Amino acid sequence: MSEAQTAPPAKDAKDLNDAEFAAATNKFLALIGADIAAYAEACVRCGQCAEACHFHEASGDPKHTPAYKLVPIAKAHRRAHSPLGWLGLAPQVSRDDLAHWEELIFDTCTMCGRCTIVCPMAIDVSSMVAATRQAFAAAGLGPADLRAAADNSRDRGSPLGVTAEVLRDRIEWLSDDNDVPIPLDKEKADVLLTISSIEMMKYPQSVVAMAKLMNAAGANWTFSSEGYESTNFGFLSGRPDIAKTMVERMAKAAEKVGAKILVIPECGHAFGVMRWSGANILGRTLPFAVLHITEYLAQLKREGKLKFNPYDAKVTYHDPCQISRRGGATQDARDLLDGFATNFREMTPAGNLNWCCGGGGGVQAMARAADLRHKVFQIKMDQVAKSGADVMVSSCANCRLTMDESAGHWHWDKKLESLIEVLADHVIEQGTTP
Amino acid sequence: MSLLDFARGPALQIAIGIFCFGVAWRLASLIFMPHTRDLTPARAGALPGPAAAVREVFRRMWPEMHPTGGNLFTTVNGYVFHIGLAIIVFGFAPHILFIRSLFGVGWPNLPTPMIYLVAGITIASLLAALGKRMSSPVLRLLSTADDYISWLLTILPLLTGFAATSHLIEPYPDILAIHIISVAAFLAWFPFGKLMHAFIVFVSRGTTGAHLNHRGAQL
Repeated sequence: MSEAQTAPPAKDAKDLNDAEFAAATNKFLALIGADIAAYAEACVRCGQCAEACHFHEASGDPKHTPAYKLVPIAKAHRRAHSPLGWLGLAPQVSRDDLAHWEELIFDTCTMCGRCTIVCPMAIDVSSMVAATRQAFAAAGLGPADLRAAADNSRDRGSPLGVTAEVLRDRIEWLSDDNDVPIPLDKEKADVLLTISSIEMMKYPQSVVAMAKLMNAAGANWTFSSEGYESTNFGFLSGRPDIAKTMVERMAKAAEKVGAKILVIPECGHAFGVMRWSGANILGRTLPFAVLHITEYLAQLKREGKLKFNPYDAKVTYHDPCQISRRGGATQDARDLLDGFATNFREMTPAGNLNWCCGGGGGVQAMARAADLRHKVFQIKMDQVAKSGADVMVSSCANCRLTMDESAGHWHWDKKLESLIEVLADHVIEQGTTP
Repeated sequence: MSLLDFARGPALQIAIGIFCFGVAWRLASLIFMPHTRDLTPARAGALPGPAAAVREVFRRMWPEMHPTGGNLFTTVNGYVFHIGLAIIVFGFAPHILFIRSLFGVGWPNLPTPMIYLVAGITIASLLAALGKRMSSPVLRLLSTADDYISWLLTILPLLTGFAATSHLIEPYPDILAIHIISVAAFLAWFPFGKLMHAFIVFVSRGTTGAHLNHRGAQL
């Protein structure tokens, strides 16, 4: 297996040279279009978003209020587009501002969108933070480990070093070890399945589970060694060139095999980026549908192509923000659990109002954010305890990894599972009886 | 020219001019900024963008009683002073006469004692909002000079109007002139600070409503 690149030393915003600093300020201006300008001007600083944010709730630190994270981009907008700015009287974003907000923009926002629900002005803080990250990244700023994950994605195919060669080796190993056919590089297929390298490297049984379910449904599917990594650390680190590379690889692979559907595995942000930004990043419409694995499997279940033996554990479901609240696929996981998980119970709140795991938006990849993530997980532990569940399943490997690490930190006594793995363990395969 | 003549004449006319030009300029500057075209296919069953935008503008006017967070005091107090201001501006007889003199349309007024009561509640609500802003660590961090200027220019017309109509301060023409000048100051500041949210709210809510409805997200 090839080694992933190690993180280069982090850059200090206060040490930026003039060209780097100008790159950040110019990027702010390039990104401010109608939507961002409206949001930048809309905030009434009511503070309602504070109590909707898991980071603020976990830390109690006012700096973690979502509205506070809008300050740099709003400042850049006022400087460029207000009469005071034209007169040179509106303050300019400074190196000190970049230094102060760097941690807030990267480490303390998972872009989960919960603040938007409670905002009386409906400001989409998530899109503002994504744009702000791009400006910071243009100056070479951002957590070193997040930047390294993006570099690895571009140079080696995946953030965790899953090159095409590693992919082939591991698929062969997983297929042999589990006696499950896992097609790779079929010439033509209706469905192109992708992976998140978190699954491949940390939870390889998820890859087997996906294959088992696809086979059980009789789908004509394949993986492709030319476009397999669905996570997009280019997007998360604010580097649009890498974001485009990652989207392009998947799109080309899907087009090459003639896929009608591109399936994103258990990864919330991977789904959000490819489904809701992929075509925009490439600047063209895509000739295939993009579905999250829960959407696709729920569709197969509704069509009667997947059947399951009952699952009796006291189980609850953690909604990944990018799939439910911001992805519109809240119901699909529940359709899969319906009639299958006989002892299912919802957390409060759940669905579109669910609390984030604390590791989305690339925050999972930032080692320096670990303590804060652990604090955030206390919200989830409390929710699960109140639900009476013994098992929490999710449909995002990033959520799972984040919560697994925090569960270990707190010695949590409940189980965390992948929805897909639980489904695969109970699927009724052709030729077997329930 | 008396103070009242100045207030009713040049002060108000200039303020209304600044208000109209400023609001139009700020809205136009938003509308004419570059828009990005969304090439992703909408989720099946999504409303057309404009319909989703309008729905979101009105949907968020209704208080949501869900456990998302948000501060209950801020939510309730926000409704109290917004509704209070609307009742005073559009329900008080002299205001309706003024609007009729400008636009030729009017409507029945609310009883003056009721307006007094609403004004008292609204002033108390605005004072509570200021107290919250100055005492909450989150709001202290977020607040800028705009927040305090906008607050002051909102409460001043209420206080001066209350003083004028209740004849707490004499002579009446002078306090009425001060009331009108305070309204002029409010109108002149309106396009340049957070008061502009009264218009931008339609843009920001509409934008988010259209985007998230496209995804099938149910907010």
